[in-house]
Amino acid sequence: MYVYDEFDRTFLQERVAEFRDQVARRLSGELNEEEFKPLRLMNGVYLQLHAYMLRVCIPYGTLSSQQLRALGAVARKYDRGYGHFTTRQNIQFNWIKLNELPDAMADLAKVGIHGLQTSGNCIRNTTTDPWAGAAADEVEDPRLYAEVIRQWSTLHPEFTYLPRKFKIAITAAKHDRAAIRVHDIGLRLHKRDGETGFEVMVGGGLGRSPFIGKTIKDFLPKEHLLSYLEAVLRTYNLGGRRDNIYKARIKIQVHEMGAEAFAKKVEAEWAEIRDGALKLDEAALDAIRDRFQIPDLEALDDQPAELASALATDDAFARWHANSVAPHKAKGHAIVTLSLKPVGAPPGDATADQMDAIADLADQYAYGEIRVAHEQNLTFPYVRQKDLPALWAKLKAIGVATPNVGLLTDIISCPGLDYCSLANTRSIPIAQKLTERFADEARIADIGRLHVNISGCINACGHHHVGHIGILGVEKKDEEFFQITLGGKGNSKARIGELIGPAVAESEIVDVVESLVDTYLNLRTSPAETFVAAVERLGIEPFKERAYAPR
Amino acid sequence: MPLVKNGALAADLFVAVADGEPLPDGPVIVSAARLLADGPALIIRNGEIGVAWPNDKDVAELQPFLSRLSLITLAFPKLRDGRAYSQARLLRERYGYKGELRAVGNVLRDQVLMMVRAGFDAFSLEKAADVEAFGKAVATYSVFYQPTGDHRPTVRDARTAPAATGG
Repeated sequence: MYVYDEFDRTFLQERVAEFRDQVARRLSGELNEEEFKPLRLMNGVYLQLHAYMLRVCIPYGTLSSQQLRALGAVARKYDRGYGHFTTRQNIQFNWIKLNELPDAMADLAKVGIHGLQTSGNCIRNTTTDPWAGAAADEVEDPRLYAEVIRQWSTLHPEFTYLPRKFKIAITAAKHDRAAIRVHDIGLRLHKRDGETGFEVMVGGGLGRSPFIGKTIKDFLPKEHLLSYLEAVLRTYNLGGRRDNIYKARIKIQVHEMGAEAFAKKVEAEWAEIRDGALKLDEAALDAIRDRFQIPDLEALDDQPAELASALATDDAFARWHANSVAPHKAKGHAIVTLSLKPVGAPPGDATADQMDAIADLADQYAYGEIRVAHEQNLTFPYVRQKDLPALWAKLKAIGVATPNVGLLTDIISCPGLDYCSLANTRSIPIAQKLTERFADEARIADIGRLHVNISGCINACGHHHVGHIGILGVEKKDEEFFQITLGGKGNSKARIGELIGPAVAESEIVDVVESLVDTYLNLRTSPAETFVAAVERLGIEPFKERAYAPR
Repeated sequence: MPLVKNGALAADLFVAVADGEPLPDGPVIVSAARLLADGPALIIRNGEIGVAWPNDKDVAELQPFLSRLSLITLAFPKLRDGRAYSQARLLRERYGYKGELRAVGNVLRDQVLMMVRAGFDAFSLEKAADVEAFGKAVATYSVFYQPTGDHRPTVRDARTAPAATGG
């Protein structure tokens, strides 16, 4: 992973000092809440239903074991002993006191992390493939470019007070594990005639007006990455709407102007700056590339005896292996996903003790590196295959080896009304009830790949639009109701799910999901046809019919 | 509102003149509409001219007047409205404006360093206490990641400089 140099460290110290001063001025009344709000937000501090919430940035989802321990320590010292991993590869703490925030930030800065730009109308954490650097299907490691963007976007003097928040995602793999088409800017690294460059998409996003990003450039040579981003951001900063918070994202500007006209404007702006100081020569890239510590992987063979014998003799291990272990680009290694979705618990939560234990296991088995995936799980990107049986036993002991990755109970959910001041309904209890109904591991394995996404309001933090089954909480006469969409997808073939009909009451939502699943099981051509493929083939009608049939 | 220019408290010599009012002697600030309508007549006037430019108007329209303008004020109606940062960079870096560039509106110490980096050299501060804090505020950071028209050395310059030994 990228290791901070003296400049990065100095910057972070200065950021901590600045925020400490701002908190002091707020507490003394020198700053009013309206003035303090954009300043605290840019440090990841929200005011929620019950307390301040701190969202800590995990740059492109990469953590060292030391950083994970520091997060555990913050959870223990300043919060109630747990943290919540988010869909943007960050972590949030829900019970922080304002006067203790500067100390929590200072503790985190010691290991090179902070709440910087995890909120506010600025460029947020650039997210990427949690398997970056390990995936067998990638062109190049996208983290180099994510880090280049992190540095360029850090306290950018022109783009810190944008019309609205701005999210960039980047992938370099054939399979898009970063949902780039539902970001303000999506970047797909690819090669053309031996040269590396980016397909650039703009204007994707979920929320109350979901849009799939549109490609405005097929191939941007990598040396122009920053000048082109600056051209897009300038076009947005000057022209994005500021009259209505719900129309202020770049997706609305792109939609209202039309993607072609928007692209033209960007192109004209870019022509003015493309050969300026932002151009990335090899020396600039090397200076950052050299700060990445890439583990020196042992030369090993695939399918070692330890693995083969455990697979042959232990069904539970074999089930977990089939579900949570993915092929690695290096022989004898594997990528392991740690499920933070145990039956009956809030999706994405981890306790301080779990964080410590996971950090220790990362040191012992995974070259000390951990990733956060946008599905709210953790990943060990470098594990020796021969260690898998021993690692599994230890992951199981701390409750992070539920073999449900990518399956029905691997639910993405927003915090909902249990924490959030914007929510209409609760989301976490729905997720908990679903995991309880579908607790049988063999059953969910038979159902196969199925993404369930839950949002407690129209802001869509649970990405319900791109869930194979999307659940959206709405309030009707003070009661919680839920709308259901089918057929959404967040990958390279991204599409928005289709509403099946009227919202259903909270007491029925689990039964309705079960009847949708049963309909699929009855109608699938074979177990190879996934739920979402069946929805695409059949349309929503047969599902709708069963969902609303009297039970 | 106290005015800080080039880092120090300064007297504001410019007088804002409403549209239609006769121009007094001495430095004046006119509206964008008046400048665009009466531009040629205004800039031959013997006296300094400034313009109050709104943040939703393309600064490219100022190009014909730039060499004769002594002051451009750019507006921050709210702290969170950041359009004028882009306008300032364009005026300085693309159109080569050399006169005074003044930030007006909801201008707090928390933004002045970014404003300096974008090209502002004068600040109409909203709070009296921020005058004293100004020097400290512009020194909040010593490390910069982005190249802008203020030509402060960036982290990249430091990293790739031949003498750098790295950290």
